[in-house]
Amino acid sequence: MEGPLHSPILALALSPSLACPLGAMFTAASLERRTRPPSGRCSAQPPAKDRGPRFSEAWVELGSEAAGERAGATSALLEALRAGDESAFLHLVNRHQASMIRVATLYVGSRAAAEEVVQEAWVGVLKGLHLFEGRSSLKSWIFRILVNTAKARGIREARSVPLSSLASGDEDEAAVPAERFQEHGVWTGHWSQPPSEWSDDQVASAELVALAREGIEQLPPAQREVMTLRDVEGWEAHDVCELLEVSEANQRVLLHRARSKVRAYVEERLGKEVRP
Amino acid sequence: MTSAPPHLTCQHLVELVTEYLEGKLSHDDRSRLEQHLCFCDSCVKYLEQMRQVLRATGRLTEESITPEAQEKLLDVFRKWKAGGA
Repeated sequence: MEGPLHSPILALALSPSLACPLGAMFTAASLERRTRPPSGRCSAQPPAKDRGPRFSEAWVELGSEAAGERAGATSALLEALRAGDESAFLHLVNRHQASMIRVATLYVGSRAAAEEVVQEAWVGVLKGLHLFEGRSSLKSWIFRILVNTAKARGIREARSVPLSSLASGDEDEAAVPAERFQEHGVWTGHWSQPPSEWSDDQVASAELVALAREGIEQLPPAQREVMTLRDVEGWEAHDVCELLEVSEANQRVLLHRARSKVRAYVEERLGKEVRP
Repeated sequence: MTSAPPHLTCQHLVELVTEYLEGKLSHDDRSRLEQHLCFCDSCVKYLEQMRQVLRATGRLTEESITPEAQEKLLDVFRKWKAGGA
């Protein structure tokens, strides 16, 4: 139970000055978001009877992303947490835990280490509750604590590499290799080896999901970070920029390279390239 | 072809896909991209595959917390509560 607050990085994460600019997050729905199936993230809640005393239903609104960060709901949840209400804590845990572990895994070597980092982050969240002013969303505040905790751990494990150093250096990287396009004639720049055919069965199968996961795991760290937050966790560009401290343009370049590589990986593994 | 109005090649289009999906293309570039899609089945397929991959990545979140992990965190919470942190 001790430690996290003594870490300078976590102390910084908990400070109101850092929490403030993270406000106004998780609002507009992106194009991608709209094309995705409903998230199953809230389905893991235990039965209400196992969750200790009941209180105002207001905070339950947090389960809905649209209504999610309403100030009233947040303050009801905070009040319950500060009062030591286990069901309020479990609500938060069930909502964010899986996502937190995936994000922590970006910075530390193993799933086990990620779980430890997340637990450490929760301790930090609880200890810092009295510092949270509600001007940023609770979610962004929690993830800021998580990322700082994970980075500190990652540095100890010598795994963390500064994002800025990874964002450059591969400017010439093409989404699709140049040899797949015509190099001469009227149709220069048009497909010579068009995208392969994916059957409906392949697209609907768990295989595609597994391949996408593998593809993401093989990305360079900065690209993996951005694509995980954007496309797996469903974060908005703005929120990712704030959390990772990158510019919007930089974020988009990283996302573009990541998505292009993951599609290429899936195509390669599905192994049905169409040759002209 | 050289005297034709500026048009997108497939090679160029695949580099604009993310900006297109993010709604960050200029009006002109967006129009050119969509015009290209009207006659290029391969690029339509490319874009569709990108969307399919993104839908698949969205399904990676279907994971729930184990009872053991939940119990561990409840311990953390109870200790915090008892200690007043």
